[in-house]
Amino acid sequence: MADAMREGTARGAGLAEILRDAGLYALVTLGLCIPIVSYRTDLSQTSALDLTPRWGVVAGLCGAIFALRLVQRMVLLRRDARRALTPAPRQATEAVDATPNAGQRISGLALPLFLGAALALPLVAALASGGLGPARYWIDLGILILTYVMLGWGLNIVVGLAGLLDLGYVAFYAVGAYTYALLATTFGLSFWLCLPLAGLAAALWGMLLGFPVLRLRGDYLAIVTLAFGEIIRLVLINWVDLTGGSAGISSIPRATFFGIPFTAGPNGFAATFGLSFDAMHRNVFLYYLILALALITNGVTLRLRRLPIGRAWEALREDEIACRSLGINTTTTKLTAFALGAMFGGFAGSFFAVRQGFISPESFNFLESAIILAIVVLGGMGSQVGVAVAAIAMVGGPELLRNLGFLKAVFGEGFDPNEYRLLLFGLAMVAMMVWRPRGLISVRMPSVALTQRRGVSGALVREGHG
Amino acid sequence: MDVFVQQLINGLTLGAIYGLIAIGYTMVFGIIGMVNFAHGDVFMVSTFIALIGFLILTTWLGVASVAVALLIVLIITMPLTALWGWAIERVAYRPLRGSFRLAPLISAIGVSIFLSNFVQVAQGARNKPTPPMLNGGFTLFERDGYAVTLSYKQCLIMIVTVLLLAGFWYLVQRTAFGRAQRACEQDRRMAALLGIDVDRTISLTFVLGAALAAVAGVLYLLYYGVVSFSDGFVPGVKAFTAAVLGGIGSLPGAVLGGLIIGLIETFWSAYFSIEYKDVAAFSILAIVLIFMPSGILGRAEVEKV
Repeated sequence: MADAMREGTARGAGLAEILRDAGLYALVTLGLCIPIVSYRTDLSQTSALDLTPRWGVVAGLCGAIFALRLVQRMVLLRRDARRALTPAPRQATEAVDATPNAGQRISGLALPLFLGAALALPLVAALASGGLGPARYWIDLGILILTYVMLGWGLNIVVGLAGLLDLGYVAFYAVGAYTYALLATTFGLSFWLCLPLAGLAAALWGMLLGFPVLRLRGDYLAIVTLAFGEIIRLVLINWVDLTGGSAGISSIPRATFFGIPFTAGPNGFAATFGLSFDAMHRNVFLYYLILALALITNGVTLRLRRLPIGRAWEALREDEIACRSLGINTTTTKLTAFALGAMFGGFAGSFFAVRQGFISPESFNFLESAIILAIVVLGGMGSQVGVAVAAIAMVGGPELLRNLGFLKAVFGEGFDPNEYRLLLFGLAMVAMMVWRPRGLISVRMPSVALTQRRGVSGALVREGHG
Repeated sequence: MDVFVQQLINGLTLGAIYGLIAIGYTMVFGIIGMVNFAHGDVFMVSTFIALIGFLILTTWLGVASVAVALLIVLIITMPLTALWGWAIERVAYRPLRGSFRLAPLISAIGVSIFLSNFVQVAQGARNKPTPPMLNGGFTLFERDGYAVTLSYKQCLIMIVTVLLLAGFWYLVQRTAFGRAQRACEQDRRMAALLGIDVDRTISLTFVLGAALAAVAGVLYLLYYGVVSFSDGFVPGVKAFTAAVLGGIGSLPGAVLGGLIIGLIETFWSAYFSIEYKDVAAFSILAIVLIFMPSGILGRAEVEKV
């Protein structure tokens, strides 16, 4: 919002001007709130719509926007004043000597830190809450976050590395989930056999859907992948004979510990290993399973980035025409990105099916694609650590907010932060594009370096110039 | 034959609504080359504004005549929706000029998610029905007990669409703003050198697109009588399909594409399967983009290096 209206008013703006500007913002907010916020419609007993005026909420919103804008302008004013005193550094020297800022320094330490925290989570949660049973909430939250981390890393191959905006990624997630569910319920195949098959099926679909869109440029490609994703979902809903339609597939076989089921019986996991039976063993096992899958995704991505194909992806992202004129086969480059991204989506999908025990097309709608994309975008498109941080913040954040008591005190008893989760997702996506298009932790390590590796600050890298 | 004529009428009505939304997509794409993904949700916001406006008029202010109420709703919904269009461009798209290629599209997806969830939070997730308005219609002819009817609603939708398109055509072809708009579409930098305020023209383009989407929103509310926060996505995609089919960037193309998509949808539902009607729309979108990305009336794009 800042950059849009700042032009021409940045210098020498007095307090009156700032107040008028903030007032304008509040006025626009007022206009936008009429009548969407100011009157709430509710179905009454007679199935007619009742109107409830809510001018208090509107006033609160306008006041908040006014205050935010005021603060923002004040901060900008001080920053401009400070900048006016120091001579501007030359961009070129800045680019070469870019000292890593706090965020970039952290990213170096982040990987082992995250890994340690992720490995220790079930143990810590069990110790802190006294037993595996009470720790269930934390372990399930960990599984949820890790699923999104894995999906984010999978999509990152397509969007972050190859620069192909895929809005239908959830289709491959669905293919993986349905492949496992159908194979397991129809033929009784085990999870460990189905996992690679699901990945293969998803990769095949990735190639199949990727092939026709090869010629398209960025935004058209995005729209076509969106169309494909929706087509797959609609077919899943309507092909009732195979998929069970909107009712989905239930009683999918649960995960086993490499053949040993998590049951209380004498052949169960607990009895085999001489432990006392606990239903949470399965959840802990699932937690480490998704952690392993996510780490495999990460490891493969990091290795591939060093191979010629990974460099070809990055070249493709920066400039397709230049890439082609250097003799890189853009067809195979794009297709491998699609197929690999889809494969990891398929793995995640079959994990999702085995964890839930029930799948339906509703879990695979466009919003899910958008959430995964938002995670990749907020993570800085290409940064592995960034994707993990974004997934934790976006999936775990609202969950944590829900448990904070004082929010209920401020916003009333019925306040549920999860309602606002997607609202914030949307806002965050816009804010990222406006302020930090290269992500929160944006450091781009060139994969190929002549003498010495230097991180280039994301702020100095533009598409086609870095 | 009877069923065919009836479906033709239904399809043209639906097509008129898609065409009105499609103009917003095509104008924005023509002038700044971005797919305004949030346009479908702007349309959805306008249906809610219209719904609430209509309720206030009929229940609180006691406007008895439905026609008068609809006219007033149309008049207030257009500027209120246009304000949304203006604000979105200002906040989410304008700062991104000169950013990397996919930035505006990602930002637009963000706006789209924001808008649908904003309306969900503000108005609740349930469907909002309105009492049926403007019932009845003309019976065109009747054979073997099957009456082909043209309802008053359909009449009104077609008349409003034609009138608005005529006004819109005049605006684009005959006024100073229209000239500036077309100039910016051809070459933004050159237009700026010739003294056209490009930023203002782009803003006005968004305002106009949103206002036309608002008209579509009022007509949609009238036609279906029920709105929901998730109603922006599918009509938005269909209207975008219409814009691409007609040739993105071309205004007559958007209307033509809208009519074709409306006809395909109704005929598909009537003769094949109603379950797969959205599959048909999405398939057309994919096929058109892959095999004829310049559409029916569009011009092929040459990428210069």
